[in-house]
Amino acid sequence: MTAIDTRTESGSAPGRKKKLSDVGAAAYFVAILAAGFSIVPVLYIMYSAFRTNGQLSASPAGLPDPFVWSNYSQVLGDSAFWQMMFASTIIALATTIGVVFLGVMAAYPLARYKFPGREGLYTYFTAGLLFPITVAALPLYLILLELKLPGTPWGLVLPQVAFQLPVTIVILRPFVQAIPRELEEAAAIDGAGRVQFFFKILLRLTTPALVTVGVLAFVGSWNAYLLPLLVVQGSDWTTLPLGVARFQSDHSQDTALILAFLSLAMLPAILFFTMMERKIVSGLSGAVKG
Amino acid sequence: MTVSREASGGDTDLVGGAQAPSAGSRPASAKTSQKRRPRHWGEIAIFVGPALLVFSAFVILPVVLAGYVSFFNWDGGGDLGNFVGFDNYTRVLDDGVFISSMKNNAFIVVMSLVIQGPFALGIALLMNRKLRFRAGFRTMIFVPYVLSEVVAGAMWRLILDQRGILNSLMIQWGIFDTPADAIGWLSDQKLVMWVMIFVLTWKYVGLAIILFLAGLQGVPEDLLEAAQIDGASWWQVQRRITIPLLGPTIRVWMFLSIIGSIQLFDMARLLTNNGAPFDTTFTMAMFVIDRAVTGRQYGYATAAAVILFAISLTAALLFMRFVMRRDNETAEKGAV
Repeated sequence: MTAIDTRTESGSAPGRKKKLSDVGAAAYFVAILAAGFSIVPVLYIMYSAFRTNGQLSASPAGLPDPFVWSNYSQVLGDSAFWQMMFASTIIALATTIGVVFLGVMAAYPLARYKFPGREGLYTYFTAGLLFPITVAALPLYLILLELKLPGTPWGLVLPQVAFQLPVTIVILRPFVQAIPRELEEAAAIDGAGRVQFFFKILLRLTTPALVTVGVLAFVGSWNAYLLPLLVVQGSDWTTLPLGVARFQSDHSQDTALILAFLSLAMLPAILFFTMMERKIVSGLSGAVKG
Repeated sequence: MTVSREASGGDTDLVGGAQAPSAGSRPASAKTSQKRRPRHWGEIAIFVGPALLVFSAFVILPVVLAGYVSFFNWDGGGDLGNFVGFDNYTRVLDDGVFISSMKNNAFIVVMSLVIQGPFALGIALLMNRKLRFRAGFRTMIFVPYVLSEVVAGAMWRLILDQRGILNSLMIQWGIFDTPADAIGWLSDQKLVMWVMIFVLTWKYVGLAIILFLAGLQGVPEDLLEAAQIDGASWWQVQRRITIPLLGPTIRVWMFLSIIGSIQLFDMARLLTNNGAPFDTTFTMAMFVIDRAVTGRQYGYATAAAVILFAISLTAALLFMRFVMRRDNETAEKGAV
């Protein structure tokens, strides 16, 4: 833990200006490298799906020449693909709405009410962070069977909401706590009870946090594999990740077609996230003004 | 806007919220509504009730049930079969495949921390400045994390297969003559685990970078400027100020990473085609699902799941008890 004397280390004793610009150049270099490492395989998959299997095996790294649309059109013309897309979307949306509403409602008293057993209740929820879905999956299936839910969207939405609640409450609670008491008092002077305070002020002030937990819930649901595997495999509500696994084994010889399927399966998540990211940033600046 | 600091500050009391809030979280909680008498049970019930019900029914109850079911010779049918006591547990712990999958998980935990942590920290520190296209870089770095594990697994399988894209490339470059001579990225027993670590790094290092960048937003800039004016080099500023202040965020990431590595399932299953070659890449979660779905040994699989849970819980508690607490103190010292 001794301080490092940089002048002896860097040898040439550069001035501070030069040093900073060095770090600046390194920053760009590293950022480009990290972004490239992340994105190149994905882009490769997407553009290679515009080629035929013959072109792929002749020169795997080549660019599409000529562009072949047949892989994409074959996947897009498949009604099963659209059914999975629809199922994934509905289930992810329902999960998101459920998690955000139940989460913020639970976080409010846990953050701002004083009542005996509050910390115990909070701990009870956070304990859920430690329960892997693997442990619950098989008995959960028994419970869902009791409730006649396997093969229905509810059979997936309810457990997903339940499993997403701990992390949602952990994230939301500090946000709800951070709302200044003056605001609550001012609202009380204006004759608003705490229920009105919740709807009029708290929801607005915590919007960025709600967006954050919402995005987490949506992406989590969109990408889920284990629970759908047990609950909706083979039903009308088969989700996309199950489809990916199926498709890859069904068409194992048709690389180009798998590439197209994969690209279309990942596109919504990427687009959704990119859109939401801006919203998160603007939401944050809005909260500062609030 | 120090939202991320707030959030990570709140995270320090993941369990047993009675600890003191760490540096960076506002002590607002302790003083709220002291004057109010608790006459609002109805409100509390309305607000917390729905979440409590759903959470208890679909998380707590199944976990409790798992403990119960693991004592039976249940084969997936309607009735649980014979009560066999701890027999399932002793057999799981004697099962060579489970033991090797335990070792695999341990390896994945260590490698994820050792490889992703320093990488992500270095990248985040360098990127923590006014960069052009910063938002674009951030989005791109986060893309792998947004993809489902299934898609990522399937994608890398296409690339790394014996007759996959990478080997065709190598043949094109004249490194190998035929696919048979090429490297079996996913079939060579010595290689496949490292390949899996590589794919995991690709998928999850972005999360660490984004978390660290968010945490860095909470480091006050005037502090860094003051240090620079005092003649500290860039590295000294990072070492003595930024990294200590990032403590809570790093800790939370480590916690998430450890738990995630112990529970790895989706991607490993798709990438390695369910643990091939010869169960080399089996993880504990894969063992559980494999024994249940293909073996129809539900009681046995559930016992393995309970052991998996015990391991996660122990790791989590040890981490919070030792690492998080010590980090807390240093973070508070560093923040003064």
